[in-house]
Amino acid sequence: MKQSVARRFLLGLVPWAGVIAFWYAVRLSGLVNASLVPAPHQVAKKFVDLLLHEGLLIDIYASTRRVFLGVTLGILVAVPVGFLLGWYRPARTFADPMINFFRALPPIALIPLVIVYFGIDEVAKLVILFYASFFSGVIVMYEGVSQITPLYIRVAKTLGASEFEIFRKVIIPLTVPHILTALRVALGVAWATLVASELIAAQRGLGAMIQNASTYFLLDVIYVGIICIGVIALIMDLILRKISARLLAWQERVVT
Amino acid sequence: MSGSAKTAKRVQFDHVSLTFGTPKGPLNVVEDVTYDIHDGDFIAVIGPSGCGKTTMMSMLAGFQQPTAGRVLFDGKPVSGPGPERGVIFQEYGVFPWLTVKQNIAFGLQLKANHVEAKAREEICQHYLDLMGLSDFANSYPKHLSGGMRQRLAIARAYAVKPQFLLMDEPFGALDAQTRANMQNLLLRVLSSEGKTVMLITHSVEEAIYLASRIVVVTARPARIKEIIDVPFAYPRDESIQERGEFGALRSHIRELVMNEYRAQQAQMRPVSFSE
Repeated sequence: MKQSVARRFLLGLVPWAGVIAFWYAVRLSGLVNASLVPAPHQVAKKFVDLLLHEGLLIDIYASTRRVFLGVTLGILVAVPVGFLLGWYRPARTFADPMINFFRALPPIALIPLVIVYFGIDEVAKLVILFYASFFSGVIVMYEGVSQITPLYIRVAKTLGASEFEIFRKVIIPLTVPHILTALRVALGVAWATLVASELIAAQRGLGAMIQNASTYFLLDVIYVGIICIGVIALIMDLILRKISARLLAWQERVVT
Repeated sequence: MSGSAKTAKRVQFDHVSLTFGTPKGPLNVVEDVTYDIHDGDFIAVIGPSGCGKTTMMSMLAGFQQPTAGRVLFDGKPVSGPGPERGVIFQEYGVFPWLTVKQNIAFGLQLKANHVEAKAREEICQHYLDLMGLSDFANSYPKHLSGGMRQRLAIARAYAVKPQFLLMDEPFGALDAQTRANMQNLLLRVLSSEGKTVMLITHSVEEAIYLASRIVVVTARPARIKEIIDVPFAYPRDESIQERGEFGALRSHIRELVMNEYRAQQAQMRPVSFSE
């Protein structure tokens, strides 16, 4: 058992080693001006430097907190709304065009308006992240809920279940997988929107760090920022997948 | 075992018709069906596929209302599904998010059935044993074979002690061997639990082997073609299938069903049902 975990871990590392090797190869090949491609070890050194002297942890905390709050609020609203849309066909006909309209708008395009209405402090960034998470989550929820088969509800009725019991014992368990998928999708979209949200005069945060670094052409800092975002997003997704695996042990999967 | 004057009328189909409105005009699915099911009866309804026999069952289960006539259960019109009428669905419908044991306990935990926690445990154990599912009590349905899922569906329906059991082609998706085993298991369970059953099937052998009475229905709209008493006493075993009467009955019913099947083909009006 332990050996297989170790093997899987090593197997997971291989592509990363490949990426780093490729990175060095690009730099050493001379195809790209070396000053435009900081070497991995330079980026690693910058990482330690930022961590010890520039408060990288504060940036990481600020960004993670924004993503976490934005996604939590977005999903808290998306779950009931998505559920209603999926469950009641008239609600869907009514709200579908509007949801698709707003969903199609890239959050970045809304930044000027958000600044006008919400100012430039924390609330503004949360609004953008909320927007992004809500609309990505609500679609997943309502697509999922609208595909719940009526068979299980019929079965529950023939066993004597009341409307409330059907909701609590049949519909909720069938909705959990969709909530988890909505969370994962929203988390991905929220990290993607983070840099945009931190364009709004953010003092701290990984997006702000990348923005500032680009002003001064600090490529190594930009690399550190990008890698940090990727790693944190990966960790969050892993945690969510672990939770899903536990909650959804009953699901049939092609790959286990 | 067949309906005698002594036993109570459990179910009455009283001039029941059902018509769907379609874009091409009304479609008669069930037309003027009248028959009674008595306590202890095992009724098999047989007819060509798509003829409306499932609709007949669906009205008794309470999922559909007749457009004319009445479906009575214990003398009262059926207005919706209820735990006194257990239903075994063709697609099993075992809850994938619950373990085998939790599936059986599902109905017992509902308010409508008021079963105490201690009794629940005993009932679950009883049906786990009876259906040969004890070794899988804590497994999720994804680990079960088709036959085991169907046994689980039957156990779950039995657990709430319905007075009446409706089965819609319950063994249709099983291979021949499993199907035969399930039929024997059903007969065993019925002899110990004593339930009144309505079985929808398209297998003539299954109908004769299991039922006390067979209702042959026509091609759409479903009308009653003939009601046949099956002369074999319970308990039955597979040896009755070797008997001459079994073969004669089989030829007779097969002939009736084949005629209806041909009539159905001749209608050549494909209709897709939303249900």
